[in-house]
Amino acid sequence: MGILTPNGYGLSEFEDALRNSISGIRFIEKLKELNFACHVGGIPVNFKERAKEYFTNEALLAMNEAMIYAGIASIDAWKDAGYEIPGENSEVNWDTGAIIGAGLGGMDTIGELVVPKVTAGKVRRMGSTIVEQTMASSVSAKVGGLLALGNQLSSNSSACNTGTEAIIDAYYRIKHGYAKQMLAGGVEGSSEFTWGGFDAMKVLNSTSNDAPEKASRPMSASSGGFIPGSGGGVMFLESLESAQKRGARIYAEIIGGSLNCGGQRMGGSMTAPNPTSVQRCIQSTVKMANIQPTEIDYINGHLTGTMADPKEVNNWSKALGLSGSQLPYINSTKSLIGHCLGAAGSIEAIGTVIQMTKGFMHKSINCEDLHEEIKPFESKVVRETINKEINIAAKASFGFGDVNGCMIFKKWKN
Amino acid sequence: MNEKEIFDKVVKILEPYVRNQDALKSIKNETNIVTDLQVNSSRLVDIILAMEDEFDIEIADEEADSVESVGAAVSLIKSKQ
Repeated sequence: MGILTPNGYGLSEFEDALRNSISGIRFIEKLKELNFACHVGGIPVNFKERAKEYFTNEALLAMNEAMIYAGIASIDAWKDAGYEIPGENSEVNWDTGAIIGAGLGGMDTIGELVVPKVTAGKVRRMGSTIVEQTMASSVSAKVGGLLALGNQLSSNSSACNTGTEAIIDAYYRIKHGYAKQMLAGGVEGSSEFTWGGFDAMKVLNSTSNDAPEKASRPMSASSGGFIPGSGGGVMFLESLESAQKRGARIYAEIIGGSLNCGGQRMGGSMTAPNPTSVQRCIQSTVKMANIQPTEIDYINGHLTGTMADPKEVNNWSKALGLSGSQLPYINSTKSLIGHCLGAAGSIEAIGTVIQMTKGFMHKSINCEDLHEEIKPFESKVVRETINKEINIAAKASFGFGDVNGCMIFKKWKN
Repeated sequence: MNEKEIFDKVVKILEPYVRNQDALKSIKNETNIVTDLQVNSSRLVDIILAMEDEFDIEIADEEADSVESVGAAVSLIKSKQ
């Protein structure tokens, strides 16, 4: 697995940040200057410096922020899986591919280069690197070349479900025998052109600009919107047969994954989930995993810090048929890193697997004042980091377009 | 600006795009930009733009096509000064 998030670069830093409730939300001067209502957000620290350790100057001339995140997370995941980075003239790896998506992708390139230059009638002045940075597949295309991938190479996009969807699609591809190994995940840049639309929708919390670490408040009665985050998370998925054959270290097994859409009916809309579809998605994942709901030890929620949080917790409860204290433990990684949009699902899935591997559940911060409708589940909301074995964990993401994704991980025991 | 000064500035413009660092060390007028320096051919567009900015000149597309070697770039720039 490879990861960079607002509160940690790499697996061990991220684990440390989760365990010790280290928030990655900071004041961002530029947002204030540009008259955003929300002045705080999450950006991986020093990512531009970090990028120089991974890529040549020549490569960086044509890589925007999201592409850098995809490249770093993929290279780290690749090495973590036990492989060397192939040379420029290496053979193509026909059995390995990548599905790496983004919610909005190269908005920095579009906002800083394409729109100003084209509008000024200076198309020619854009140079040669625009298409490869703005095509929807920019974040996977670069990775294919870095790692000589020869199987499916594409980018998915399903808003805030993107990272989760990528993992599920890659899981299906391996399960169906079309690939042996897949890199999978999501990335998102931190451009003001990406975040501006959300600020204009008034879905970002603008009431905590003077206290950034308190701003992301999933499950809280005083949550006033989500906090934008950025970064990338990429998982290396492999068939069990292939992983065992080469003696690879296995973190966890994916035992179920489902994707659906609520049709923007029955309470669902472009921006709100149809509760029935959320429940169906969770239920079909549990069914695929061939487990009982009571076997789930832990839920890593989508839980963004909006008014959708109480609905989500109740959807989990209804879908699993477990009420009150029967609900599995639940927390929100977004409380520490904000909502990383297209990267959220994969970053949080990696967080889930880290907690599973290391036997703890991280504190969901800023929900001291639990929302009234979540109070029945109070004993299962993780409000202090606890050491606890996790054998089975569920992770879900929900996105604009009324789309849902849910996956279930099982701890690997040799 | 004399030819040596133009040459040095052209090398500086090329540097970030060069993938064969060994060829860069022995760079001369005859060095081919794409085959020797292994500059990605699509980046020639960016190199021409950088030359226009650096020397305050305009290079037409057909002129740009003639820029295959370092020396060809230097001659083109010199002819426009």
